[in-house]
Amino acid sequence: MVQDSNLGSHISRRFDHELESIRNQVLTMGGLVETQVNRGLKGLLESDSEIARKVVQDDYKINRMEVEIDDKCVKILARRQPAASDLRLVVAIIKTITDLERIGDQAEKLGRNQLELVDDGTSLSNYVNLEHLGELVSRMLNRALDAFARMDVEEALKTIALDEKINAEFEAIMRQLITHMMEDPRTIRSALRVSWCARALERIGDHSKNICEYIVFLVQGKDVRHTGKRDQDS
Amino acid sequence: MQQGLTSEAGSVAGLNNFEATIGENLIDDAKISVRHADVFYGEKQAIFDTSLDIGRNQVIALIGPSGCGKSTFLRTLNRMNDTIADCRVSGSLTLDGEDIYDKKMDPVLLRARVGMVFQKPNPFPKSIYDNVAYGPRIHGLARSNAELDEIVITSLEKAGLFEEVKDRLTAPGTSLSGGQQQRLCIARTIAVSPEVILMDEPASALDPIATAIIEELIDELRENFTIAIVTHSMQQAARVSQRTAYFHLGHLVEVGETSRIFTNPRHQMTENYITGKFG
Repeated sequence: MVQDSNLGSHISRRFDHELESIRNQVLTMGGLVETQVNRGLKGLLESDSEIARKVVQDDYKINRMEVEIDDKCVKILARRQPAASDLRLVVAIIKTITDLERIGDQAEKLGRNQLELVDDGTSLSNYVNLEHLGELVSRMLNRALDAFARMDVEEALKTIALDEKINAEFEAIMRQLITHMMEDPRTIRSALRVSWCARALERIGDHSKNICEYIVFLVQGKDVRHTGKRDQDS
Repeated sequence: MQQGLTSEAGSVAGLNNFEATIGENLIDDAKISVRHADVFYGEKQAIFDTSLDIGRNQVIALIGPSGCGKSTFLRTLNRMNDTIADCRVSGSLTLDGEDIYDKKMDPVLLRARVGMVFQKPNPFPKSIYDNVAYGPRIHGLARSNAELDEIVITSLEKAGLFEEVKDRLTAPGTSLSGGQQQRLCIARTIAVSPEVILMDEPASALDPIATAIIEELIDELRENFTIAIVTHSMQQAARVSQRTAYFHLGHLVEVGETSRIFTNPRHQMTENYITGKFG
């Protein structure tokens, strides 16, 4: 078990600083990713191309952070040969930032699709209401990042459960979109775009779930990935 | 004030909770079994109620800070402590079921069965050949010179040294490099066909290349011998052993598969030691 209070008590204080520094950078990156997702959502829901453009423009910041943190992790592995909870922290961070970067890509997709919808002369609100799905996804991401910051396994496990709700909501939206497309094939082009947005949001839920699983590994040393019912059956 | 004292004492007790060893200290089909061992140097107790099995054809690493008792524990396994006047050992220590401390057990024969390699290479001031031939000669293991030659050559081969010294077997053992001397000592140890090899910091005086050669050798020797190694290098313990035992202040704190100990130790003291934390 990792005790949070025990993280920074290495005999080498520089090592303490290094670990603290990458952990803080992950939190900063998480904040940036969260902002991007919320902006992407706002752009879509309010059909605001200004915000959508900003989201597309800012994705590079997240990519750059991923590269920076990755580099620091590799240096720590090479120079410190971390063991036990230190090793799990570094491994969990390397994995977490990969998922964060992908969430960033999904946020960028929201922005791009908003711009395309404007070009098509329509908006999301003509098709479905993504507000509920968006709100669920945004909350899940927020809770995952919060659980990471506090190394809170209980919160991480509760957050993982949210993914089911998101998947159900996604399915419902897909059914609505299919109905639109069947009723009026002229809507297919834009309805597909909207479905990609819904898919992007659903993927953000999956990535948030991954991050929660890394938290359990980091704190308890247990791998809880692929332990759901579906994985057990196959 | 009273409050502060109580909580401080409480937290120390929490960390120094030595009630029982955590993990898998006992296993099936052990080569050496130690139960409830206590070791004293005069009045001072160096090992407290330690129970540990050493698995057949396995490498077990004993780790812990200086003075934790890991070397003392290692030395009880072939009665090297007999030479220390006021050292007392109690509890049950058995080698394949035979009591190591039985009055009928001859310590010289025991040490042929349970050999030892030390931190500093200590070749005898003799030729390379005679260093290896020394044990087989005094134990009368060879009936002819040809047989002795064969023992010397196979031992040097098993120790990964033969190719380097085959043309100068009559040169003094001390003329070899540090890493070669250590492999010579390993050859000397295995020349008497021991069942168990105890190693006390066998690579701490060697450079990384010589260390890597010794570690590779340890992995090969595992096929034929049971090995217990004391090391200060955590990475070395992680690399060469299948099981790891963590000692602290004379107590065996935690034992487990090496891969688990180094990724997910259960005891906070093990965690603190292998991550290099105060504790």
